[in-house]
Amino acid sequence: MKYLLAVTNKLKGQYMEKGLNEFKIGEKGTIKVVNGEGKLRRRLFDMGVTPGAKIELIKKAPLGDPLEVHIRNYVLTLRKSEASLVIMEVEE
Amino acid sequence: MIKVALAGNPNCGKTTLFNALTGSTAHVGNWPGVTVDKREGLYKKLGEDIKIVDLPGIYSLSPYTPEEVISRNFIVEEKPDCVINIVDATNLERNLYLTTQLLEMEVPIVVALNMMDLIEKRNDKLDVEKLQAALGVPVVTISALKKQGSEELMLAALNAKKREPKTVLENTALKPLIDKIVDVCKGNDEIDNLLYHAIKVIEEDEIEIKDHKLQVNIVEEFKKETGIDTEAMIADERYKYIEANYSVCLEKSENRKVLKSEKVDRVLTHKVFGFVFFFLILFAVFHLTFSENFLFLGKLIDDEWVSFEGVPILEGILGEGSINSPGVIITNLFNNCVEWFFGIIGGWFESGPEWLNSFVNDGLLAGLAAVLSFLPLILILFLFISILEDTGYMARVAFIFDKIFKKFGLSGRALMPMIMGFGCSVPAMSNTRTLQNQNERTTTIRVIPFFSCGAKLPILTAIAGAIALRWGANADLITFSMYLLGITVAIIAIIIMRGTTMKGDSQPFIMELPEYHRPSAGSIMHLLWHKLSHFIKKAFTIILASQIVVWFLLNFTFDWKYIPSYEELDVDASILAGFGRLLQPIFTPLGFGNQLGSTGWVFIVAAISGLIAKENVISTFGTLAACLVGAAIDVEADGGVEAVTAMMTSTGITAAGLIAFIVFNMTTIPCFAAVATAKGESPDKRTYHFTLLFWLVASFLAATTVYLIGSWWWTTFIIIGVIALCFVLIKIINKNNNNNNPKDGDLFDFARNSNHNCCD
Repeated sequence: MKYLLAVTNKLKGQYMEKGLNEFKIGEKGTIKVVNGEGKLRRRLFDMGVTPGAKIELIKKAPLGDPLEVHIRNYVLTLRKSEASLVIMEVEE
Repeated sequence: MIKVALAGNPNCGKTTLFNALTGSTAHVGNWPGVTVDKREGLYKKLGEDIKIVDLPGIYSLSPYTPEEVISRNFIVEEKPDCVINIVDATNLERNLYLTTQLLEMEVPIVVALNMMDLIEKRNDKLDVEKLQAALGVPVVTISALKKQGSEELMLAALNAKKREPKTVLENTALKPLIDKIVDVCKGNDEIDNLLYHAIKVIEEDEIEIKDHKLQVNIVEEFKKETGIDTEAMIADERYKYIEANYSVCLEKSENRKVLKSEKVDRVLTHKVFGFVFFFLILFAVFHLTFSENFLFLGKLIDDEWVSFEGVPILEGILGEGSINSPGVIITNLFNNCVEWFFGIIGGWFESGPEWLNSFVNDGLLAGLAAVLSFLPLILILFLFISILEDTGYMARVAFIFDKIFKKFGLSGRALMPMIMGFGCSVPAMSNTRTLQNQNERTTTIRVIPFFSCGAKLPILTAIAGAIALRWGANADLITFSMYLLGITVAIIAIIIMRGTTMKGDSQPFIMELPEYHRPSAGSIMHLLWHKLSHFIKKAFTIILASQIVVWFLLNFTFDWKYIPSYEELDVDASILAGFGRLLQPIFTPLGFGNQLGSTGWVFIVAAISGLIAKENVISTFGTLAACLVGAAIDVEADGGVEAVTAMMTSTGITAAGLIAFIVFNMTTIPCFAAVATAKGESPDKRTYHFTLLFWLVASFLAATTVYLIGSWWWTTFIIIGVIALCFVLIKIINKNNNNNNPKDGDLFDFARNSNHNCCD
């Protein structure tokens, strides 16, 4: 039973999806979906935040917001409210 | 003449390359209708002159920022002979995203691969031949910083041929749709840039949609049939194409290395040290610029054994028992030179008729000297700001403080201009160009004067000193609370503006944190030179003209008779005094109006003279007080405390009235130099006029509030209630409006308006 629980937890972890805003520092993942519309969504696309791109959360600003992420070989900062539009698949 | 445009991402070395190519022929202006720099110049080394236009730094050709709209309109409508696309080799993936969009246009393109030296330093390998083959346009490696490769680049640009537009969407599901729309466009007799227009329509581009109603229907149908999110797919395909091609070209030595910037940022954006360093840097900037006690070495200097008194060049080095900071030394040196030079010119007129002598010496030269005396401080502050900007630190400041500013509807980028406002409004207002949104810019420009600048400090200390002398309060405490009051007024004004006329909520804060790098001395010198020439032009035109008008009003009576000089006590009869008396009733709620009786106009005249330069307020106090008591008063000796005391006893103004006077001067229309800057930074005349009106209304309201509270303490509750009610009303009204109309208007409006009239 214990073993089974561990396995399911691991599976859950592997395929876990959550918003980029819920990432912890050092956590990595791949973008699944980019929500939002119009200007905001387009701006995210233009900065390379597209489905399939890999993101690592480097750090949070001293006051907890905005976030600093590593994406497509450069460093991007965005607010939590914008990060919540980016749905991630968490990497182990 | 052949015309070449430079396009590329921000921070890719575009401006450095532009400066290297054009040198002294560079000319900086504004793109029509927006406050975005337009740089133009000539490249002269290839026999025939080539005109070079530096397009603003952009990440994409989206229709959402002024920079992007300007760039695409320029390329589509002005049809340059070639576009040089500068690409940062250290950041190929994101930089090539713009390239894929440029390739869809028909204009000849040359890719300038910048910072190749850094690639080599990292032991990475980049195959330029392969990249050139993949992109299908010439690729030239350059180093903008070391000025290498510019001749090869310009030769390639000169020889660039007309080419077939090309898209990375060639082998995707969107290809049939693109072809279909191109065909429909052809049927409608469109000829230029068909592919570009077609793809932009599919991307649901705000500007294109409006002109292509028919094609939009086809796209809508396609989306319904296939269920494809075209906008997302296009962005995705672009990056996929880049990834596929650039990974072939780029051989990386290791996996992701921790960037140098990341290490630096461990300290500079640290939870605690981040703030400590920010305030240290800020302190250093202000200390180096304004301090009269450099490095606190004051105690080391003894007037007895070292003094440069009487040696004009060295005089400014020492303050009273201290060493001046570099900023103050340069300012003193500059002012001594101006004084000496103006003294010679003024001397020629001393034997002439008295009105001419007064006009030249008191009107022209004194006024010019007052404005020019800002110049060194402005330039030094500019220097520090541009160094901080160039290194990439400013982006970090925005990052650290964004959360606080988000609450007021601004972004962290607004912090630096506001703090610079404590030094001088002129560089502070220019610095607002780093803000992404026009409404955010305008809001920030309007509140910058509330952050009391260096020139307003003498007014504060003189009046605070006089109040302390008469009523026994603490002068420093009064001065300090005035600064806090200014900030409070600014915050209230920001909230009200962002809720009403300057809307544009939910501005995205999605920004690159560029790698730290050494600032390029050449670029900074170019910038300083531009600011210098700009300021001098302003000083000798509108500022000078305004000063002549004020001098005239102060020295002539209504029946066009010249008043010899202040000492004659006839200032009373001048046009300006007449205006002062006329305006007196308006200032009654502020505590320095009708209740002061027949001599009450002196405060109003002093405030008006402050519109030229806030330094004038204290010197006007001196001359006016001398008129009132009938004896000369030296404002230099005690900073104007005696003059204020004299005006106090003669007019019977209350302490509340005096404080209201300070507040009025702090929040009203700033000096001519700042007004001229605000005008230059406004997108149109209407905004500029509203800014002036805003300052007048804000100062009247703020000063009245202070006077009411100071005179009748219980009014505090009423005023707090009124402000709270305003906030609540704004919230309620906005909520209703947002339900009806969810779009925020300003940039869309800009995009629509500027589509066809942007390039004149």
